[in-house]
Amino acid sequence: MKPNTPDWTPRLEAFLTERTGSAARVVGLLRLTGGASRDTWAVDVECGGERLALVMRRDLGGVIADDALSRQQEFRVLEHAHAGGVLVPRPRWLGTDAAVVGVPFFLMDRLEGESVGRRVVREAALAEARRRLPRQMAEQLARVHALPLPPDLDFLPRPESDWSPARTALERAARQLQTLGEPHPALELAVRWLRPRLPDCPRTVLVHGDFRVGNLMVGLEGLVGVFDWEFAHVGDPHEDLAWPCVRAWRFGQDRLGLGGVGEPDPFFAEYERLSGRTVDRRAVRFWEMLGNLRWAVGCVAQAHRHLSGQTESLELASLGRRTGEMELELLDLIEREGS
Amino acid sequence: MNDRPTAVELVEAVRRFLASEVAPALGDARLRFGVLIAAHVLGVVGREVTTEEADLAAEWAELAALLGTEGSAPARLTELRSAVRRQNEETVERIRAGAFDEAEAFRRAAAVLRRGVERKLGTAGLR
Repeated sequence: MKPNTPDWTPRLEAFLTERTGSAARVVGLLRLTGGASRDTWAVDVECGGERLALVMRRDLGGVIADDALSRQQEFRVLEHAHAGGVLVPRPRWLGTDAAVVGVPFFLMDRLEGESVGRRVVREAALAEARRRLPRQMAEQLARVHALPLPPDLDFLPRPESDWSPARTALERAARQLQTLGEPHPALELAVRWLRPRLPDCPRTVLVHGDFRVGNLMVGLEGLVGVFDWEFAHVGDPHEDLAWPCVRAWRFGQDRLGLGGVGEPDPFFAEYERLSGRTVDRRAVRFWEMLGNLRWAVGCVAQAHRHLSGQTESLELASLGRRTGEMELELLDLIEREGS
Repeated sequence: MNDRPTAVELVEAVRRFLASEVAPALGDARLRFGVLIAAHVLGVVGREVTTEEADLAAEWAELAALLGTEGSAPARLTELRSAVRRQNEETVERIRAGAFDEAEAFRRAAAVLRRGVERKLGTAGLR
């Protein structure tokens, strides 16, 4: 790990010393991801003769995406999932005092493995892991969807009253597309197609909200942990079942419909076995299409973050030109369903 | 008239330089990833400069047929660009108003929009 020392390093050491009760020294610090609203660091700490490999997630106080949780809320959800037996990085400490690293943050254990999607779906060393992933993903989702929803998780976004989760998500995407002010007739056509086909959701559950290859840590034996809980909400379990099937998250391995690692059917079957729920295949197909629509709108929005000067980034800018991928996929999926 | 290399040739030269000389020499994975995105984006620019006019002319004709507009496409590229943008906006308005909800109209719109999307993807290097 490349050593570098932001000015808050000594205050982070003092924070860790206080929380652990023994002198803590930061021996490695590397920014993993950054953005306008949050960033992530790998932090190595020596503490009481022990070496801790941690990840720090910070709130940067920028414009937070609609519905994204704050770090304090994400930490609470992570604790809840951890206590409920979901495979997640162990949550360690929450820092709400801005005097420590300038903004609210939390620390969790750092999982070892590969999380970068295009490597997860390709690396030869992960062939066995990929074979196991579909069942392991089903197992974790069954656990997530079985988690209780205690009152202290009332901050989680919920469907609008009298609206199904599907209607809430579809109308939000349609509204966001309208707000962005760029004409995308193929996406508008998809909105018209989806609107009369909304699935019901008899029982809402805690939904991870971004469950897909890329947000899963994968080791040689398969799934090591599920991270990125900032889009957790109360919703339709089919949303989490369909999202990892969206083409963009197959990272080029298009024929493997579940995240470029496997077939969706064994994944659904295992989920049904473990959860005792029936997977409504029509609802999954609806949510897969809605997922494409949402990610298409997301790409337009990301490019706009660059264009507006909010976050200057070539990577965000380049996403604007990927929108067509989801548009074509939507047209294909609609044709498959027959209009 | 400018001398050679043309704009497209220059963009292509920079793209190759980034992809084959700069990227492999970089030890920092994040920086290398960024340089590869930069090279990819230059590929998009090169293709767009080459194909934009013909693509816009095709889109103008297809959308005009879908929307039932009379007349012919503007000859100047800048005007063609704004005309196609207006056609796209009008298509969006009509879709929102339900003009293509009926099955046959929906299929016709989907077929026209598919061709536009395929051209965009060609430019973006994603097909």
